[in-house]
Amino acid sequence: MTRSDKMLSIKNLKVSINNKEILKGINLEVGAGEVHAIMGPNGNGKSTLANVIAGSSAYEVTEGEITFKGKNLFDLSVEERAGEGIFLSFQYPVEIPGVSMTNFMKSAVNAQRKYHGLDPMPAQELLHKIEAKRKLVEITDKMSGRSVNEGYSGGEKKKNEIFQMALLEPSLAILDETDSGLDIDALRVVANGVNKLRTKDNAFVVITHYQRLLDYIVPDFVHVLYEGQIVKSGGRELALELEEKGYEWIKNELAQ
Amino acid sequence: MQASTEQTMETMTEVPTLKEKLCSVYEQNRSLISAGDLPFITELREKAFTHFKKLGFPHQGLEAWKGTSLDKVLSHNFGLSLTPLAEEVDAEEIFKCEIPNFETLLVTQLNGWFVHNGQPIRQFPNGMIIGSLANAMKKFPEIFEAHYGKYAKTENNGLNALNTAFAIDGFFIYVPDNVHVEDVVQMVNVVSIPQDILIQTRNLVVLGKNSSLKLVQCDDTIDHMHSFINTVSEVVIGENSSLDHYKLQNKDDKSTLINNISFHLTDNSNLTTSAITLNGGLVRNNINVLIDGEYCTANVNGLYLMDKNQHIDNHVFVDHIKPNSTSNELFKGILDDSSTGVFNGHVMVRKDSQHTLAYQKNRNVLLTDKAAMDSRPFLEIYADDVKCSHGATIGQLDESAIFYMRQRGIPADEARALLLYAFAGEVINQIRIPVLAERINEMVRKRLRGELSTCDDCALHCKYQNNAPCVIDLSNIQLT
Repeated sequence: MTRSDKMLSIKNLKVSINNKEILKGINLEVGAGEVHAIMGPNGNGKSTLANVIAGSSAYEVTEGEITFKGKNLFDLSVEERAGEGIFLSFQYPVEIPGVSMTNFMKSAVNAQRKYHGLDPMPAQELLHKIEAKRKLVEITDKMSGRSVNEGYSGGEKKKNEIFQMALLEPSLAILDETDSGLDIDALRVVANGVNKLRTKDNAFVVITHYQRLLDYIVPDFVHVLYEGQIVKSGGRELALELEEKGYEWIKNELAQ
Repeated sequence: MQASTEQTMETMTEVPTLKEKLCSVYEQNRSLISAGDLPFITELREKAFTHFKKLGFPHQGLEAWKGTSLDKVLSHNFGLSLTPLAEEVDAEEIFKCEIPNFETLLVTQLNGWFVHNGQPIRQFPNGMIIGSLANAMKKFPEIFEAHYGKYAKTENNGLNALNTAFAIDGFFIYVPDNVHVEDVVQMVNVVSIPQDILIQTRNLVVLGKNSSLKLVQCDDTIDHMHSFINTVSEVVIGENSSLDHYKLQNKDDKSTLINNISFHLTDNSNLTTSAITLNGGLVRNNINVLIDGEYCTANVNGLYLMDKNQHIDNHVFVDHIKPNSTSNELFKGILDDSSTGVFNGHVMVRKDSQHTLAYQKNRNVLLTDKAAMDSRPFLEIYADDVKCSHGATIGQLDESAIFYMRQRGIPADEARALLLYAFAGEVINQIRIPVLAERINEMVRKRLRGELSTCDDCALHCKYQNNAPCVIDLSNIQLT
């Protein structure tokens, strides 16, 4: 596969926050139909990478480039990136008191349709779709009347992220520590949701600290992000090796 | 204001202040002003006039007026009329409410005078009486003697004093015992005159025992002249009675509105009042709630959306003088551009008011660096077995929430509007007249999108143009 076929291409990405360099030259290529896992100890830049792809203004990109479907991401606003098909499942989903889940999703679906020059989705069609996607992640219809993430448990918040992903049908979904704070049942529900949404046309980047989630969402590629760089890449077996040997193994290997 | 004029010899000798002019007008027109009075009301006027002479207009040196200055408005030359400007106008022509499916009993004031349509007082089959204050006092002296001037005090409130001295007309509503009024009563104050005008209107609303009323009060301005409206309303809620009161303020930037309203609650009575300020050059709401009964509930809410150089001041005093009652205060505001605001919330729980529950919340969002809000909660508690709380916040929109929404594809502007709309929703959700809540929702939504920055449909549908100038032009008043 040539580089231009890749959906997401990151080259020598360097990112700082408050003059402290967090990402020190990331290179990553993600193609359609692929699932990539990014693993690594906490505080080494995994979430930073996710947020920079989504367009957070909290970080300063000092070098490098990111292209998505051939477009320079840095030319696009946060909402334009979303319109192009980038979805971020947040590590800490934000509570928005007073904005109902239904109203929020209606606004999001129709904003993305507008971005593509489409009319708003008819209310009935949207409701049917919401209903179908809700079942996918086993969330009750009680949640739709509530305010976005307000008073949700940790598990509900993560399920709600996957529900939104199912509804918005992104081409690239970045799952930032979606497994953190989930019990085994919720983890299975979330993973099943993701697996049902996998197609040959979309891609996933799964950021996780533990191998556990990867038992359910089987990755094609595993990358280890350590001190702002991808220090090791491999297949699924790399995750198992990491689980067995721990991150100390990587540290020692790098030290040699 | 006065202090500064007194210091300047020139000003003192050549240009009289508005206060001096008003005092002179009063002294020269005593008999005209009190022509229709009951004797006790004339006495009240005289007393109030003495108070006004002593107090004058409030200034920022007063604790209650910190942060709100009337200096600018007081420097205008206003017109004033001591007799009705237009007796025979069609109320329908002046005001057409554009709230769909909102059937109300509509009563209108034009430039401070009750619009008669040949019917200064209407008595309904259920016994409710609605009419002009000036007419009602002669017809129902016993109601006036029991309530008029009892709740709005003049000794230490210059604006109340001014109103009590000058006010001749306004709304009068009386709901007898055991009457639940089904229709919503809508009181509309329209200002439309090709001249800067000073208006003093006076309203009296009395609910008997075991009755209920839903009241909507709208303030609108049509012409883009300077107006200074000083309203005093006294509202009495009888035992076991319930009042829903909504006040919509949608004035233009050249208007100054002083809304002084005093609620008097008796045993087992229930009040929900919301002051919704969508626009207004300078708006001061003095909301006084006297809980003079046990087992009462008072929900006192406010929402203000200000921009440009507008100023809002909500001055709320909830006074628990009897035990076992509850008050909830919720005031929320959004301030854009260079607008400013004051919230002064005073809750008093007196010594004998055990088992009082009193909650107060004031939340504000500032959209620019130039917008400013001064929030002053003040609980004064003299009883020991009570539950009281207050909280005040002044902040910006939650940037993490905006990022979250944008990540889902919602444009930044729309995300901000959604957050603001949600913020305001907490107050709107407490409006218990569904069509009105829906309409206010829509107005707030439009307001937040910036689609409408001055008057809403209401004012746009006011076709009436009054070309009669005021009788007294205060710019011509010379002191003798």
